[in-house]
This record gives sequence, structure tokens and C-alpha cells, in this order.
Amino acid sequence: MKSRTIKVDYLARVEGEGALYVKIRNSRVTDVKFKIWEPPRLFEALLRGRNYSEAPDITARICGICPIAYQMSAAQAMESAFGVTVDGQLRTLRRLIYCGEWIESHALHVYLLHAPDFLGYEDAIQMAKDHPEIVQRGLQLKKVGNELMAFLGGREIHPINLRVGGFYRVPTKRELVPFIDKLKWGRDAALEAVRWTATLPFPDFEQDYEFVALRHPDEYAITEGRLVSNKGLDIAVREYDDHFIEEHVPYTNALHSVLKERGVYLVGPLARYNVNFDKLSPLAQQAARDAGLGPVCRNPFKSIIVRSVEILYAYDEALRIVDGYEMPEKPAVEVQPHAATAYGCTEAPRGILYHRYRVDDQGVILDAKLVAPTSQNQKSVESDLWQFVPKYMDLPPDELTWRCEQAIRNYDPCISCSAHFLKLHIERE
Amino acid sequence: MPPGKSGTLIIGVGNEHRRDDAVGLVVARRLKEAVPEHVRVLEESGDAAALMESWKDADTVILIDAVRSGTEPGTLHRLDAHTQPIPTRFFHCSTHAFGVAEAIELARALSQLPSRVIVYGIEGKTFEAGQGLSPEVEKATQEVVERALGDLCAVSIFRAFSPIF
Repeated sequence: MKSRTIKVDYLARVEGEGALYVKIRNSRVTDVKFKIWEPPRLFEALLRGRNYSEAPDITARICGICPIAYQMSAAQAMESAFGVTVDGQLRTLRRLIYCGEWIESHALHVYLLHAPDFLGYEDAIQMAKDHPEIVQRGLQLKKVGNELMAFLGGREIHPINLRVGGFYRVPTKRELVPFIDKLKWGRDAALEAVRWTATLPFPDFEQDYEFVALRHPDEYAITEGRLVSNKGLDIAVREYDDHFIEEHVPYTNALHSVLKERGVYLVGPLARYNVNFDKLSPLAQQAARDAGLGPVCRNPFKSIIVRSVEILYAYDEALRIVDGYEMPEKPAVEVQPHAATAYGCTEAPRGILYHRYRVDDQGVILDAKLVAPTSQNQKSVESDLWQFVPKYMDLPPDELTWRCEQAIRNYDPCISCSAHFLKLHIERE
Repeated sequence: MPPGKSGTLIIGVGNEHRRDDAVGLVVARRLKEAVPEHVRVLEESGDAAALMESWKDADTVILIDAVRSGTEPGTLHRLDAHTQPIPTRFFHCSTHAFGVAEAIELARALSQLPSRVIVYGIEGKTFEAGQGLSPEVEKATQEVVERALGDLCAVSIFRAFSPIF
């Protein structure tokens, strides 16, 4: 009997602290564990007793990479519970800052974290020595995203200008003008980047995923929509808990999320692309086709192309928004709280981010539930490895381990976001 | 000092809410009180891209951050980025996938490293949530301030005698 173990105690190039364990026995995979051992952060508990208006800023602290996603899911939950609609230029401005977040998050992952896997470098620093112009382009693409967030949000990490109902301050049309040239440069550079990612070598690997993403009739969904999948799911955000459950798994500090009816599902750029290809701008659709992608892409390694297509889309969309912007009369819509259950969901860079709050008649939060994309993708990560490892079993151990890590990095996991819950079990005699 | 690629920059890196991880910020604030006006002092969270952007126009950078390398709490490490690579595990007090060491090494690979980069790493004791430095780390701060001022002094003497610097 021959037994092998693949162990990675500290996954590199991911946000947060996680580990991987794969057990192989007689050339069969017998166990796969994607472990998130970063300590739980208990945000849901510390939201209790706080005012509804504090939810965006408190939850934004969960992540330094995707704070806008947290702010937007929280704000949207409260607004829909209190019967408030944020539309027109305020809605558009939110979409603009969200584009900034997609750009900075995706550019970081594509260039600094994921690309080295495909080109055989240990990290982006080694890659930069041979391909300085590529890394430089990635950093510049990221920078414009950061600048959008800093300008509209007040600062780039944990922005402070978003609130339930809109913004504290909105820019004048003139203030946005300097972005036009930067966004035009970024759109061109992002188009080049899609072409470049298409030239990378990809393992021949596909999975029959259930892709879950928000879908909106008029746009590539970012800030709102219905929850839709390629296998028949089509629900309002408020129905989320009827269809999804979170399960405790002993070896990880993040809950595993599953669809009650069908189990494992996938969220994030690949899911959005497959659910909403027809809603991408013509430029982004064409770039995807030129890169060899059809409307369906089931190869998780090609998520690096898809992320690049989304960077292109975000630049294209940001430019469209800045071109058509007119300063709204008021920076925010008035909100009157009342007792309610609040549901919100937006498309964080890594996929759907669901918030649910129960609020009393004074607007005080009674309880909160937050489901981050990475916790939803954990089972999918493991399922990929169950299928992937047998195909590459004959590789030398180091190379197989590398491939497994690469398979995890396909998901751009944000471990800090996912480890938010701990079930305390006390055994008594 | 005219603006442009001749400035001196002090960067304190850290997280105010993770005990000793704040030491870079604490030292930067004390230095701000003590340095001439033309010396810029920044506080950063440690994101690599932001760091690389911040020192774009500087020729001398003094960077202060907490480290976790296994030595006694309060131990002061002084690294000259031009004479040695910065160990990437050194600064992993935060969960940033891309932090201080990566910023320096990536800038080096891209030929964007300022001509002088001195890194002060102070061995932290506790990185738990909360405010306030541990006594060991607090004790080390004065030495960092003095040595950084010494570095600045050396830079300005060098400048005075070197018109092209």
C-alpha cells in the first residue's frame, strides 16, 4: 500500500492564513481539507446593539481589500428594509467606486499573486526581474482603482464617505474630469492585459459548476440584482436563507456554505462571467472572444483571463459613468428606520457578499449574519482538488503541491473575510 | 528643499489597533515633531503598491515597522536595503499578502528603489487586538527615533558637500 500526503502549512499569495491537506492512498485521493486557521473575528456579535447607520463602517473593517463590498451590502440591506431607493447619479456613483474596488482587487490578484503560477515564478518579485513591463502595468492598473476609491471614498483602505442612503459628500463634475485620461489609459492597458493572459499556459481541466451570481436586467450586476445560477436558481436576495445554509466543519474556522438542494456552488468572477456574459459591454465581450473564451468557461485556471476581462469591463464602465456624470442635488436620501429584517447582497470582487440584519423600531441592530464569498467557495476549492489531483498524480511531489496551490489561488481566496464565526463547544463531565 | 526626486521620506508602517504592530506609527509621529519641515513623514498600513507609490519621488527613505523574527521583544533590527535583501517572512505581522518586504524587493526588481532605503524593524511582543505598546517595545522607540535622526543628519551632511545629490 502506497500512501502520500500533500501538506502546505502556510499558503502563500493568498489574503489571510490557511492551509491545505491532501491524502493519497494507492493512487486514490482519500482526503482533501482546505483549512482556514485564522482566528474567527466575531463581527456578527459586535454588530449587536449598534445603530443601523454604523453597519457599513463596522463591516468595512472586515477587509482591507474589499471594504466597498461590505459597505454596499450593509447599506443596501438597510435601504431595502426601510423602503428607501437610492437611484440616479447616487446609484451610479456607487457603481463607480465599486468599479474602483474591482480594479484594485483584481489587478493585485492577476499580476502579483496569480500570474507567477502560470509563468513558473516563485512570486511577483522574481517575475518582475524578467517581465518588468507586465508587473509595472499591473501596478499602474491597480493604482487607478485605488485612486478612484480614495477620491470617492475619502481614503482607499476602509473608505469613510459611504453611508446608508448614499454618500456624505459627492464630487462635482469637474472634480471627476482628471480621471478621464487615466481611465482611457486603463481601458487600453486592460485590453492588452486580456490578450496577454490568454497566452498563458492552462491545464486542461473543467468542472461542471453551479455558478451563482447576481443578475440584473440592464447591466453587468455589481450593486444589485436577483440571485441566479446556471442550474435553475432564480431568487430575490431576501430568499437567500431559504436556499443556502452554512455548515460547521471541524477543521476550518470558516463555515462551509451550500445550496440546500444541490450542495456545492461557485461564486466570483467565473460565476459572474458565466451567468452574465450577455451583460458585459461590447468591448469586454469582444476581448473575451478574442482571448478564446466563449460565453461559458468552466476551467477555473482561466479565471485569470476572466478577471482581466472584468478589469477591462470595470474601466469601460467607469469611463461611461464619469462621461455621463452630473452632480446630484443631495449627497444622500433620507432614511427613517423601523423594525425590520434587512437583506443585502452585492458582488464583491470575489463573489456575492450577503448581509442580513434584524433591526428594532429605533434602528438598533438585534442580530447580524454575514456570508463572505470565500466561505461560499471553500467546498468548491476542495471539490476542484478532488478532481484535479488524480489527473496530475504522476507529477513530482513539489510540482504537484505547486499545482494544488495554484488551484486554490484560482479562487483568490480572502481568508480573513471568511473566518468570522466560531461555534464554542464546551464538554462537561 | 525643492520638490522632485531629491526628498527624504520617513514612513511608519503599522496598525494602531494591534498593540505592538503600531510601533512604526508611534515612531513616525515622534519623528514628525523632531525633523525639519522638508522631511515628509507618512503613516502607512503596509500595502506594497501604496508604499511603492509613496516613495516614488524620494531619494532617501527611512521605514519603521514591527517585525516578528523570533528575537527578544524590543530588539532593534536595522537593515540597509541596498546591502541586503529584506526577508519576506520578517514583516508578516499583518495578513497583507503583499507587504513591506515585497514592496522593497519588487521596487528593486523594477529598478524603482530609492537610492537609500533604511529599514528599522522592532521586534514585537504582542500583536493582539487593542491599543498600547508592550513595555519592551515602548522602551525601544527612543533608540529608533535617535538613530533615525542620526541617519537624517548623515544624509544632510552628505547633501551639503555634494551639490549633485
